[in-house]
Amino acid sequence: MSLKTFSRGGVHPPEHKLSAGSKIIELPPPEVAVIPVSQHLGAPAKVLVNRGDQVKVGQLIAESSGFVSTNIHSSVSGKVLKVDQFMDSSGYRKMAVQIQVEGDQWIETIDRSDDLVRNSVLPAEDIRKKILEAGIVGLGGATFPSHVKLMVPQGKTAECLIINGVECEPYLTADHALMMERTEELFSGIQLLMKGLGVEKAIVGIENNKPDAIERMKDITKGSNVSVQGLKVKYPQGGEKQLVKAILKREVPSGGLPIDVGVVVFNVGTAHAVYEAVMKNRPLIDRVVTVTGKGLEKPSNFLVRVGTPVSSLIEKTGGLPEQTAKVINGGPMMGKALSTLDVPVVKGSSGILLVDENEARRKEVKPCIRCTKCVTVCPMGLEPYLLMTLSEKSLFERMEPEKVMDCIECGSCSYTCPCSRPLLDYIRLGKAEVGKIMRARKAV
Amino acid sequence: MSQIIIYTIITLVAIGATAAIILYFVAQKFKVYEDPRIDEVEEALPAANCGGCGFPGCRNFAETLVKSESWDDLFCPVGGNETMSNVAGILGREAIEQAPTVAVVRCNGTPEFRPRVTQYDGAPTCAIAHSLYSGEGGCPFGCLGLADCVVVCDFDAIHMDPDTDLPVVIDDKCTACGACVEACPRDIIELRKKNKKDRKIFVSCINEEKGAVAKKNCSVACIGCSKCFKVCKYDAITMENNKAFIDSEKCVLCRKCVLECPTSAILELNFPPPRKKEPVEASETETN
Repeated sequence: MSLKTFSRGGVHPPEHKLSAGSKIIELPPPEVAVIPVSQHLGAPAKVLVNRGDQVKVGQLIAESSGFVSTNIHSSVSGKVLKVDQFMDSSGYRKMAVQIQVEGDQWIETIDRSDDLVRNSVLPAEDIRKKILEAGIVGLGGATFPSHVKLMVPQGKTAECLIINGVECEPYLTADHALMMERTEELFSGIQLLMKGLGVEKAIVGIENNKPDAIERMKDITKGSNVSVQGLKVKYPQGGEKQLVKAILKREVPSGGLPIDVGVVVFNVGTAHAVYEAVMKNRPLIDRVVTVTGKGLEKPSNFLVRVGTPVSSLIEKTGGLPEQTAKVINGGPMMGKALSTLDVPVVKGSSGILLVDENEARRKEVKPCIRCTKCVTVCPMGLEPYLLMTLSEKSLFERMEPEKVMDCIECGSCSYTCPCSRPLLDYIRLGKAEVGKIMRARKAV
Repeated sequence: MSQIIIYTIITLVAIGATAAIILYFVAQKFKVYEDPRIDEVEEALPAANCGGCGFPGCRNFAETLVKSESWDDLFCPVGGNETMSNVAGILGREAIEQAPTVAVVRCNGTPEFRPRVTQYDGAPTCAIAHSLYSGEGGCPFGCLGLADCVVVCDFDAIHMDPDTDLPVVIDDKCTACGACVEACPRDIIELRKKNKKDRKIFVSCINEEKGAVAKKNCSVACIGCSKCFKVCKYDAITMENNKAFIDSEKCVLCRKCVLECPTSAILELNFPPPRKKEPVEASETETN
C-alpha cells in the first residue's frame, strides 16, 4: 500500500492519542440540558418552543432560518425551563433552550433498534431532504450544514466523494472509535451520501497511525466502489483542501471549495449521522466526544447528547485534576480554551482536552527572527509572519492580496514558531477584519 | 598637492553650478501652483497629525479646509475652537464653533466590583481578546484591560491604572481626537462634552444584558432599572437596550441621578465632596 500525503507544509506534533482503543461509552441524558440554537455555520435557527412546553427526544425545537442554516432538535425529553441567553463555547452568551430532563421519551418515528438497515430505496432528493430535516452539519468541527454541501452548484460536477477519517488533531480519537465500532453504519452512510450527491466513487482517507481502522474499513468496503486510502501522518491532513490534494493530487484553487475540482468531503462522523437520519429517522442529537488529557484517570470516548454540560463529562472521566490549567474545546492545535465549564456540548464539539500548567502556559513572545519556519510549514503557502505584522499594525487592506482568507487556521505556524509568536491569533483577527471589508464592498 | 585640491574644487563647483542652472529652469517649467494659504493654514494647525479630523494628517486637512465650500464636517478636535477661528481668520471665513469634548471610559469593572473568574493568556490586545471571549470578569461589554486605547493615544492622555485594571483619561492632555474610541473593540470610550472644572456625570456601564445577569458579573453594572430616568427633570437620560445613557449636552450636572442609582453605576467626577457639616466637626474633635 502506497502512502500518500499533501505536498506543501505541515507539521508533526506528538500524537498523544491517550483514549485510542477505548470503547464508546453512551452517557445518560444530563439533568438539565442547554441546547444552543446556533450550533452551525450560518444563520441561527428560529426557536419554536416556549417556556413550560413539554418536549420529547428528537422533537424539532428550532427550525432552519435560511439557506445556510439548519434544524435543531431536542436531545432530551422534559420541560422547557427557559429560552434565554446562555454561555456557550464561544465565550459569549447566545440564545439557547434550557430543558429540565424528565425521563427519556423519544418521538415515535425514530427507529431506536440496533438493527442495521441497508439498501435504501429513497431517491437522491429525499436523502437530501432528510439530511436537512435531521439538522446534520459537518461533524469535523466546522459545522457547515451538510445539505448545502450536497447541492452541487450549477456548472460544477461532483465526481468523487471523500470521507475524512484522518483525525489529524493530536489527542482526539472520536472518529477513530466511530470507524472501529460503527463500521457497518458508516459504510451505509457513505453509500447514502454517494447517492445523494450522484457520484460513483468514494474514497475514505485514514492516516496510518490507525492501522486497525484502515483494516476494518477495507474489510467492509471490499467489492464496493468505496475504497480506503492510507495516508502518511502529517498535520493538518484533515483539512479538506489538504485531503483532496493528498488523495487525488488536485489543488483546490485559492478562494475555492473542493467542489471546484469535482470533490465533496465529509467527515466520518457526518456519514454516520447521515445513516442515522436517513435509515433510522434519527435527527442529530448526540455525537461522539473524546474527553482526554494527561492528568485524567481514564480518557474516554463518550456518546453524548447535545446540550450536556462539559463539567458533567469531565466528572465521568474521574473529575477535574487539580493541576488543570486550561480546558480546551476541540484539539490542541485548533481548539479554544473554555472560560467556564458550564457550557454545553454542541454538534461541533469533537473533544474536550484538559491540559496542565506546563502544557498550557504560553511562552514569552520574542521578536521575529525571520527564520521563515512559519512559511515552510504553512499548508496553504502563505507567509504567516507577514500577515501577523500587517494585522498588528492594522493594515488590513494589505492582508487581502496576501491571501489571508485562504488561511485554514490550522495553527501550524504558531506551533512551529521558535519565538512563540501568537501568529494565528493575529491572522484570525485579520481574517475577521478583511471579511468585514469584503462584505462592505459587496454591499455597495 | 595643492593643485589637486584646487582642480577638484573648481570641477565640483562647475558641476554644481551647471546642475543648479538646469534645475532652476526645470523647476520653472514644471512648477505646480499651490495655494499659498494651504501653508498658512497648516502652520495654524497643531501639527499633531493624529487623524482626529478624519484626514491622514494636518497637511491634508489644511488642503481640504482651503478647498471645500462647506465646513460642516470639518473640525480640528485637537486645536479646538481657537485653532478653527485662527484658520477662519486666515481664509476670511466664519468658523463653526463646537463644544470641546473629552474621552470618557464607560466601565467601572475593577477587580473589586467585577471579580476575575478566568485568566487570559493569549495575544495581549483587546481586539483579539474580544473575538475570543467575554473577558476575565465575564462581562461581555466590560473593559478587557489590555490597553488598545493606551497604545493608540498620541498624546499620552490615557494610561492603565494597575489597581483598577481600567484605563484612565487625563482630561488636560486629552484632545478628543477619537483614536481610542476607534480602537476600543467594545465601544466603551465615548467623547462627551467638557464641563467646567472637568466635572462629569455619566453612566459608567454599557452592559445591555438583563439586570440580574449583568449584576451577577459586576456589582456596579447598570441594571436598566430606569430610576435615574424617572428622577431626571431635564430629559437628559434615555433608556435603551437595558441600559441608561446620559446625554452630556442636556445634562446640567444636578447630581440627582447619582444618588438614585441602586448599583452606583452613575459616576460623578471632580465634584467637591458632599458637605456634611456635623460629622466633619465631630471627627475633628475626636482627632484633637
